[in-house]
Amino acid sequence: MNAIFKSAETHPLTWRMDKLNGELLNLKTYESLEGFSALRKAIKDMSPQDVQQTVKDANLRGRGGAGFPAGIKWSLVPMGDAAPKHKYLVCNADEMEPGTFKDRLLMEQLPHQLVEAMIVAGYALQVSKAYIFLRGEYVVAAERLNNAIAEAKAAGYLGDNILGSGWGMELFVHTGAGRYICGEETALINSLEGRRANPRAKPPFPQISGLWGKPTVVNNVETLVNIPAIILRGGEWFKSLSQGKSPDAGTKLYGISGRVKRTGVWELPIGTTAREILEVHGGGMQDGYELMCWLPGGASTDFLLPEHLDLAMDYDTIGKAGSRMGTGLIMVVDNKQNIISVVRNLEQFFARESCGWCTPCRDGLPWTVKVLQSIERGEGRPGDMEMLEQTTRFLGPGKTFCAHAPGAMEPLQSAMKFFRGEFERGIVDVVKKAEQAG
Amino acid sequence: MATIFVDGKPFEVDGADNLLRACLSLGLDVPYFCWHPALGSVGACRACAVKQYANADDKRGRIVMSCMTPSTDNSYISIDDDEAKEFRKSVLEWLMTNHPHDCPVCEEGGHCHLQDMTVMAGHNQRRYRYTKRTHQNQDLGPFINHEMNRCIACYRCVRYYKDYAGGEDLGVYGAHENLYFGRETDGVFENEFSGNLIEVCPTGVFTDRTHSERYNRKWDMQFAPSVCQQCSVGCNISPGERYGELRRIENRYHGEINHYFLCDRGRFGHGYVNRDDRPRQPWQRIGQEKNILDVDGVLDAAADALRECKRIIGIGSPRASVETNFALQQWLGADNFFSGTSAAKQALVEQALVILQNSPARTPSLRDIERADAVFILGEDVTQTAPRIALALRQAVKNKGLQMAAANKISEWQAAGVKDIAQNEKSPLFIASFADTRLDDVAEVSTRLASDDIARLGFAVAHNIDSSAPAVNGLSAEQTTLAKRIAEALLAAEKPLIISGTGCASIAIMQASANIATALHAKDKKAEIALCQPEVNSVGVAMLGGDSVEKALALLESGEADGVVVVENNIYRRADAERIEAALAKAKVLVVIDHQQTPTVTKANFVFPAGSFAESDGTVINMEGRAQRYFQVYEPAYYHPDWKINESWRWIYALHTSIERRMACWTQFDEITQLCAESVPALAGILGTSPNASYRMQGLKIARAPRRYSGRTAMRANLSVHEPRVSQDSDSALTFSMEGYGGPNEPASFVPFAWAPGWNSPQAWTKFQDEVGGHLRSGDSGVRLIEPKTDAVAKYFTAVPEAFVVREDEWRVAPMYHLFGSDELSVLAPAVKTMVAHAYVSLSRVDAARLKMAENSLVKVTLANRTYSLRLQISESLTQGLVGLPAGIPGMPPILGHAYAQLAKGSAA
Repeated sequence: MNAIFKSAETHPLTWRMDKLNGELLNLKTYESLEGFSALRKAIKDMSPQDVQQTVKDANLRGRGGAGFPAGIKWSLVPMGDAAPKHKYLVCNADEMEPGTFKDRLLMEQLPHQLVEAMIVAGYALQVSKAYIFLRGEYVVAAERLNNAIAEAKAAGYLGDNILGSGWGMELFVHTGAGRYICGEETALINSLEGRRANPRAKPPFPQISGLWGKPTVVNNVETLVNIPAIILRGGEWFKSLSQGKSPDAGTKLYGISGRVKRTGVWELPIGTTAREILEVHGGGMQDGYELMCWLPGGASTDFLLPEHLDLAMDYDTIGKAGSRMGTGLIMVVDNKQNIISVVRNLEQFFARESCGWCTPCRDGLPWTVKVLQSIERGEGRPGDMEMLEQTTRFLGPGKTFCAHAPGAMEPLQSAMKFFRGEFERGIVDVVKKAEQAG
Repeated sequence: MATIFVDGKPFEVDGADNLLRACLSLGLDVPYFCWHPALGSVGACRACAVKQYANADDKRGRIVMSCMTPSTDNSYISIDDDEAKEFRKSVLEWLMTNHPHDCPVCEEGGHCHLQDMTVMAGHNQRRYRYTKRTHQNQDLGPFINHEMNRCIACYRCVRYYKDYAGGEDLGVYGAHENLYFGRETDGVFENEFSGNLIEVCPTGVFTDRTHSERYNRKWDMQFAPSVCQQCSVGCNISPGERYGELRRIENRYHGEINHYFLCDRGRFGHGYVNRDDRPRQPWQRIGQEKNILDVDGVLDAAADALRECKRIIGIGSPRASVETNFALQQWLGADNFFSGTSAAKQALVEQALVILQNSPARTPSLRDIERADAVFILGEDVTQTAPRIALALRQAVKNKGLQMAAANKISEWQAAGVKDIAQNEKSPLFIASFADTRLDDVAEVSTRLASDDIARLGFAVAHNIDSSAPAVNGLSAEQTTLAKRIAEALLAAEKPLIISGTGCASIAIMQASANIATALHAKDKKAEIALCQPEVNSVGVAMLGGDSVEKALALLESGEADGVVVVENNIYRRADAERIEAALAKAKVLVVIDHQQTPTVTKANFVFPAGSFAESDGTVINMEGRAQRYFQVYEPAYYHPDWKINESWRWIYALHTSIERRMACWTQFDEITQLCAESVPALAGILGTSPNASYRMQGLKIARAPRRYSGRTAMRANLSVHEPRVSQDSDSALTFSMEGYGGPNEPASFVPFAWAPGWNSPQAWTKFQDEVGGHLRSGDSGVRLIEPKTDAVAKYFTAVPEAFVVREDEWRVAPMYHLFGSDELSVLAPAVKTMVAHAYVSLSRVDAARLKMAENSLVKVTLANRTYSLRLQISESLTQGLVGLPAGIPGMPPILGHAYAQLAKGSAA
């Protein structure tokens, strides 16, 4: 990571990390590194609507995985006199996607940057309270975020009448109790309210009726952290960051894990190819291992093959290849791994993390796991492939209550497409076996 | 209205509806689990998937959940689409992966929604070959069994229990496929409406424990359309019988009253019907000897004895039918007929009736109560006295949330969305009561006052609404503010509702309530007023007239009367025991007709075994003023030829004709009902409660039993191998048989049990309704006999009581009602026994401290010259200066309210 020269102009997310020399960021250092200048600018020179428009113009797409434009998400929030007294901003920091560790880096290293980003976003949406819904295991991040919030509060960046604007908000860290589904924004809202983390029915959308029935915006950590730089340098600059590699705007935290020489996370122009991430930043596969296939951005994305490595890692390109960019943190599967075991492992995760609300997900995923375990042991039976294929169809989008089960089906359906033989090898024809045994 | 196209056919539907409800209302079959007509849509089970097309030309379409999709105009959907069918079948297959397939030993089997839906969805081949998850079950007390392994995780139970009924002690625990629906620990459900879980659960997780020990399938049951006897609300029930025993009470859908739900007293309190100690043969008591006689013998002996009397008086009963009370009155004459109510209750009941008959305010049905958007309850603890009203009120307070949802374009059926938007917002409910009530959690204000102060608050509210209503002098500042606030809330509402009743034992409170309703009408608000009554037929008896039990006793005491016929009444619950003993000692003959072995029965010279509601036909009039018919469920003599159980009105008539030595001129139910309607103009409407006995559907009598009813030929094999002809029902259009009309094709409001082809569970009610959750297609049963006087000039009650003053040496009695305990008959049900509150005395903490009395210590309570030794329960909510005594509980004085009691420390036990 340190091999890349980073500046505020080129690496809006992480440039400050290079200036810290191993020290922990504090408010003073942060302020000396353009910290809170975006907030000052927003409050001094811009109306909330201006801030919203700037974010919209920057074409900032949600970095949580779905890629929904943040500006459009914001534009559904009632503003002005029509708005209820309380509105909420929630930062989705429940980073539980397998193989994904980008938000953790931002929150542990640059907590003040997230705090500033949330205040700017809070100003744009005129919220009264904001929450960081943090993955419970991120204890270091929790401590550093709470410190950063305390410092910001003491400095008058939080509380009533922020920087003399007449507007104020409070910011809280809420640590989750450990459910993957809390990454789904409405389940997160339920959890924050103290309810079971089941996703909510839409409509009503959270922007209209979210947390405690009030308008609520839920944004991912990385999405939010982009905002101060967008305010300071504008939408056109942000769009230019992708260096023409993609129609998408900005930089992206990309990363890689698995048997590569160097696992890690790097801020790169959005649209950087997977090959560059693997070979340049990841240093290529470890000696003696070959790339069999890879998940572009977490467990809930379809497998891609080595032939797809030259695709630009952006939402639309990866989408066209039959997968999703997701979080952008690649997981590689090498030639010495059993693909059935990999898929079984992923499905086990999804089955365990199902909230239990809708039938296909709750009862379909455990069955899938059991069938995969049978195939893994070489005890699959005729009909299992058909059952798995039917599951990939019937746990698909629109048929389940939320996107959890469709996400779970992505690695399964792509593995069955690319490695069908591996699956079939695990299926015993009981009749034939009996005949052979004589 | 909207036009939707289902598999190519156009249908007119309510466009505000969802597709599932619209399809079901059209009579189309779509499977479902998590959806329930009363609970709305949440999209959890995915069983109601259909294919939706963008337009007529779209051939691909996409799968949608019909419960979550609005039935907008020009919707094109397919239920028959192959992919939709395959998907629905898959949903059932998934649900079944952990279901134990234990139907043969499951008490839900045969009326199981899961069975019905599995057949409907076509899942008939099991592919899942792995282990099933198992759970520990909980002991949920005497009413409900728990078998979690059968759970299909539809979430209906928690949604009903928490969201609909306001219960707190049922939750969902765990996640993914390891979900647990239960309590935190073993124990009886706290909520008064827990029994509905049995019908809400689509499978056998929650089943009726009162039915477990002597179990039979629904298809082997004989049912009749009936009316619950355990309070004055008049919920409709389907009692089921096998082998001459009442086995189970199920909800019978009524669009205006109970809809899908009953209270636990009504559902589980029926065991008194099966008690071994019931009188089942007539007898004459000679000394202490019970001399069992044949029917003619006992009638002759009783007639001979009664003929010797110079004047015979009859004591009727508010727990007996209109017909029974009328027959008694008809026989002995109006001057000799007594209502069987205590003088104190009589005055209250009469006052309530006067208010209802003269008020410009309408008396609401439960459906009306659910629509109210501001409610004020004065004095009456409805959860304990008319429980089903409390459940209706829990829906009424949600109207605010529904309005908020509508403002955000969220329909009423989007249950989760409505809940998310509404959060804790509620329509205003105000309660003024002696002590805490079970509705306090949804009340905007719930205040604790003595009865005079409740009345004063009520009068003040009325005056705030209409200044021509009498004012209240010397009201405290706090109450002045509260009165203003309540008045404003009621005036701001579209449908304000006032609730009070006889339970608070205060005429002044009811008059204040009437004033509020009148004042609201003066301000052009269509206010409604509900007044709870003590018993199932209190209104019916009051409409017949007849004085109190005390007046009857006075005639015996003075020697003016020396013969007395008591019908379905334990008069020891009505008046002072010693006074009764003395009065009865002076009577020559006491004839008692009853179905329970009461203290009154033990005193009788002649006892005639009456049929309970399960063995009789009759009409009762509920607190709304709605006359409803209940039908005989079974004929006991078919199983026990030596039992001589008859409807009370039949015994009365037999006695009447025996004494007069004449032939009977009527013997059938239709005839006595006709006579009653002709004789009592106010009751003329009872003829409309049901068609007469000659009515036929498609030329058939209506079958009480399902078509698959089995074992009839062997049923009496212990008596004789020859199967007799089944009992003939000359009183109604129903037959004691499975041979007759059954099912939903012909609209009827008197449906013995819910069944339609393919629908064996209570969900079959859908097939009988005009629209799902609406009214029965032929109209809901019953005839309202009391309608408001809209043209009358508003008249106000003016007797505002003085403020309550705490006395040094005596305490004002406040009656405390209990779901299990205050009702005479349900207490006799074995299942209810463990739940009955023990006699106690309750004092405020301040008073207990002043008297230096500790919790659970013995207190001597002196009331009306009698002393009772009772354990003290210190109440955190009871108003100072009041003493709470449980009403109607065995061992407690019969008259409570408006009296003062003296208290002293009891000796250590």
